[in-house]
Amino acid sequence: MARRYSMVVAFAALIVAIQLATRFTDSSYHLTQLTMTAYYSLLIVGLCMLIGYAGQISIGHAGFFAIGGYVSAFLTTHNLAPRRGGGFVSLLSKSGALVARPDAFGGDLLHVHPWLACAAAILLTVVIAYVVGGPVLKLKGHYLAMATLGFGIIVYRMALGTEFLGAADGISDVPGFPLLSGLVVTGNSSLRVSNYYLAWGLVILGMVLLLNLIHSRVGRALEAVHGAEDAAGAMGIPTARYKLNTFVLSAVFASLAGVLLTHYNGGIGPSEASVMKSVRYVAIVAIGGMANLWGSLMMSLVLNYLSLRGYFGTFDDTVFGIILLLIMLFAPDGLLRRHILSDLKGLVSPRSAGEEAP
Amino acid sequence: MAGVTYGTIYAIVAIGFNIIYNATGIINFAQGEFVMLGGMTAVTLNRFLPLPLAILSAVVVTSIVGAIIEIVFIRWLRKPSVLRMVIITIGISILIRETALHIWGESVRALPYFTGSSVTSIQLAGVYISPQVLWVVGVGALAVAGLTAFFNLTMLGRQMRACSASRDAARLCGINAGNMVTLSFVLSAAIGAIGGCVVCPITYVQYDSGTPLAIKGFTVAILGGLGNSTAAVGAGMILGILESFSIWVLPTAYKEAISIAILLVILFVKPSGLFGSAEAARLKEF
Repeated sequence: MARRYSMVVAFAALIVAIQLATRFTDSSYHLTQLTMTAYYSLLIVGLCMLIGYAGQISIGHAGFFAIGGYVSAFLTTHNLAPRRGGGFVSLLSKSGALVARPDAFGGDLLHVHPWLACAAAILLTVVIAYVVGGPVLKLKGHYLAMATLGFGIIVYRMALGTEFLGAADGISDVPGFPLLSGLVVTGNSSLRVSNYYLAWGLVILGMVLLLNLIHSRVGRALEAVHGAEDAAGAMGIPTARYKLNTFVLSAVFASLAGVLLTHYNGGIGPSEASVMKSVRYVAIVAIGGMANLWGSLMMSLVLNYLSLRGYFGTFDDTVFGIILLLIMLFAPDGLLRRHILSDLKGLVSPRSAGEEAP
Repeated sequence: MAGVTYGTIYAIVAIGFNIIYNATGIINFAQGEFVMLGGMTAVTLNRFLPLPLAILSAVVVTSIVGAIIEIVFIRWLRKPSVLRMVIITIGISILIRETALHIWGESVRALPYFTGSSVTSIQLAGVYISPQVLWVVGVGALAVAGLTAFFNLTMLGRQMRACSASRDAARLCGINAGNMVTLSFVLSAAIGAIGGCVVCPITYVQYDSGTPLAIKGFTVAILGGLGNSTAAVGAGMILGILESFSIWVLPTAYKEAISIAILLVILFVKPSGLFGSAEAARLKEF
């Protein structure tokens, strides 16, 4: 228990240290990419839970990310002013669910409030995840991989081919998301530091949630499902339900990441739903050690940041493809294995080697 | 007629899937990339070689790529898990696609029509069709007939079938199982490249045209029952025709979503395929 939280504290200290480092080296522009990295990391840890702990691969998680982002972007930019007289719109307006703001030409725009849009996005994600996940998770191996890949491509094609979602251009001019008074998710550079802490704070919150889940009855059940599904079923574990709930949970993480990143960037495009994005997330989880939340989180921090800063240039996708290949060829259990810490400790003091790493 | 053209190419990709699946139990997610590679290489070589020679060399080049992939990435793995193989072949497909992007750029290319041009048409039983469609269908039919003959009549083909039935027993009979797997990759790359060449005057080819083809080819392979190449042809026609009818009902942009939705429905309802038996499917390792 203490070790679990000492890692959380260490990670929080790392986040603070990075911010202070950018402050003293006068390079706070790095924080923008680091904040975006945080939202991608939120998706990654959720996916890590699904792949590493429940043992179910998904090559379609960019789809859930895009569903969250697009629903939120559409609702907060779609102008309801022309339909102000309609019954439903006026009901929403009276209950305070709509916000008015002036447009560039002095006219007024009426949008759904980001909180409501966010709730709608998450709700839709949960529904879709249950509907898709139910049948999909009955499949195994190749079929599961192909089915989730297919789901991702359907979302991508829908985003690309739908007129009111901006087709190839996506949706832009998405307003900020006022979470609390003074705390707005937006790309505005004056709020850069608070957004950085907000984003990573959410990641840490998500981590605490997942860590507790792993060390609970559910986590142990998932580990049994991963190890030997039939045996787990025979022990009375409702394997299908646990797999499905983990799938939905990871979809919600992805969708929430999509909502917040869309508000932060002020827009979303169809490339966020592309297959390459989904493959990249799987690559990061793989290199992080599959069943290793901290490993995936650290790899996500490093690789997403490097990628967003453009260090890989035109070889961006190639880098992730090569990483994926090398990991799967030479270290299929992942680079940062879950027991690597205890392995290392075993070298130093053999007595404590049996202890489980966090 | 568009349905038949696309149906044939899907069937060709599906047959490529089946060859490797039969020999190794692996679904090669890079199958669509072979089609793209065949088309691209042929277009490039056609600049300084006559068309038949360019196509022949493109098929040879793609086959060599197939062999290299098997030798470098697959051969030395001992009993890899399915998940690992899925991810490895996805990695390979990304690698091929990105290499193609850096060699050929993003531009869309095409081979000239084999006979006549894009406007010539032949009247056949009252319908006007492009001669290239006949080429596609003809080559597709030849490929299926050739493969069937190869697997049933030649020694090498029989050895490959023996390996897929029981690798250990085949090894005891003195068959080099490793080489048979390499051969399956070469064959499936060659089939893909031939398909890529005949279809690219009509559908064009681009560095990223492989992935959608792979998914549709997989749909067809599943629809016909994994491993069954004759059924794949029928399934290819069904998907191709369904797809071309879907344009009447829904916007063209959703065309791809339709065929993937079909794939999902099949996977959910009858994963053994339309022509496959559920009994046999249960024994296979997915």
